[in-house]
Amino acid sequence: MSSKNTRKLAEALKTVLIVVIVLVFLYPLFWMVTASFKQPTEFVSKPAYALNSGFYFQNYVDAWTRGHMSVYFVNSLINTLLSLVLIVIFSVTISFALTKMQWKLKGFMAAYFGFGIMVPVATTLIPLAQIFQKTGLYNTRTGLVLVYTASAISFSVYLITGYLRALPDEIIEAGIVDGCSIYRLMIDIVLPLMKNAIITVLVIQFFFKWNDLIYSMTFASKSSLKTMQTGLLYFENEFGSKNWGAIFASVSISVMPMLFMYLALNKAVIEGMTAGAVKG
Amino acid sequence: MNQVLRDKKAIAAFVVPGLILYTLLVILPIVWSGYYSFFDGTAGMKNWAFAGLKNYGKLFKDKNFLNSLSVNMRYVLMVTAGQVFFGLLMALIFKFWVKKFGALVRTIVFFPVVLPTVAVAQLFAKIYEIQPHYGLLNSLLAGVGLESWVQPWIGKSSTALGALAAMDIWVAIGFYSVIIYGALLDISNEIIEAAQIDGCNGLQLFLHILAPLLRPILVTCVIFSFTGTVKMFESALALTGGGPGTATRSLSMYMYDTAFTYMKTGYGSTIALVIFLICVVGSRIIRFFDWDYRK
Repeated sequence: MSSKNTRKLAEALKTVLIVVIVLVFLYPLFWMVTASFKQPTEFVSKPAYALNSGFYFQNYVDAWTRGHMSVYFVNSLINTLLSLVLIVIFSVTISFALTKMQWKLKGFMAAYFGFGIMVPVATTLIPLAQIFQKTGLYNTRTGLVLVYTASAISFSVYLITGYLRALPDEIIEAGIVDGCSIYRLMIDIVLPLMKNAIITVLVIQFFFKWNDLIYSMTFASKSSLKTMQTGLLYFENEFGSKNWGAIFASVSISVMPMLFMYLALNKAVIEGMTAGAVKG
Repeated sequence: MNQVLRDKKAIAAFVVPGLILYTLLVILPIVWSGYYSFFDGTAGMKNWAFAGLKNYGKLFKDKNFLNSLSVNMRYVLMVTAGQVFFGLLMALIFKFWVKKFGALVRTIVFFPVVLPTVAVAQLFAKIYEIQPHYGLLNSLLAGVGLESWVQPWIGKSSTALGALAAMDIWVAIGFYSVIIYGALLDISNEIIEAAQIDGCNGLQLFLHILAPLLRPILVTCVIFSFTGTVKMFESALALTGGGPGTATRSLSMYMYDTAFTYMKTGYGSTIALVIFLICVVGSRIIRFFDWDYRK
């Protein structure tokens, strides 16, 4: 075989490999969506890899109403959005004070906030349960949002201080010379310049909070407060393991917000999610 | 000018609210866990009593703890090795083999990273299913005539941990490949071309040129993967519930059961502290392999 043919063959094999890779990552999700439209009889009569014969929307209706996904979805959304607002406010102000302002405990505080990055959720869980029980925050949305916020501060401060350090002091000094108060400076000068950093934090924390299971299953077990992930975890117990269609439909529902965010903000999401590691 | 940046009131307004929240809900619980680990029984109950180091001694004799530790460590090894190895492999494929649609391929491979863990676990539970009807994997195996390979992947102890690890590797390959790909792009093409002109083959190019340059990012990836997998909880709980038996029960899950099901607050805290220590000490040790960082 001539070297030209060998090269052609190698190129063809590479293409096949890449197609296989794409299938490995795409096919399970494609399968999930097709299965969510299958009728109950299809799961029994046909092999699992068969395509859906029609679009059986009843699965989504069942998941949304009888499976209480409507309640869980709204809970997850409210918890996530509320904590995102608090996370951004706290981490931007703390980061600004830690990088650009002058005070005695600055160095110590930077280390103190940094410490939390290493802390596994499991290590804080038992005392948190005690604290919540004693303060009446157990099984309340407030408790969950507060712990979501607190557990996100370290990592968010770490990311935002990284950006702020790169911001030239001259910009801030110019603002001060122009007579800006510290609060005006924050709102009119620092915030707009920190847009990318804030988007990064929002993307990462949206993912973490939407994805949270351990906090919500521990501190919000009341069915009216359950989140998407807790609901999904116990879905089979309440709905029966036979109802595959409804399970696939509810899994698809829980994936939807991340899917849309990813498709809409593809680059920002990839950059955001990997920012922590790249900077680490 | 410094007046403005030294404004004590503003500093307090910026820092104190977050500081209080963070101290109460992150730092205090750790200290508290440490304190609890010297107690026996259920907090607030009659049997609650100071026990000294008893809980720590108990760890070494507790079969359930040792089993969870072993499960957890095997999982860490499999998943960390898998995530970083396949992430690296995928990054190299992105860089050298993917000619067309590069951004699209990377977008697809990264896709599972953004999916909620519980959703992925529910999906994989159905992929691995054998009863009441074959899941995707078993039906594909049966479809291509490998009937003898059909098995309850997450229903028996010998395959459950591997099946769980495979899922967690699949989920994260995109994450690590994009990070490593980013580092590969930072390596100038001239270095790579020069090596190729000098007659380096692919393996030599990787071992002598790329690997040393990628070492810092690889170490970072290993630390990321390590700290993520030591905490092993959500994916295992959602896919296997720790079973069959205790075949996939991690330290965090054992801690959870001990503290919240059996209400042994003191002993649970001891296990929680062990998880924290493994995390901190482990990542310190891994960081040691990044020579430049140590300097």
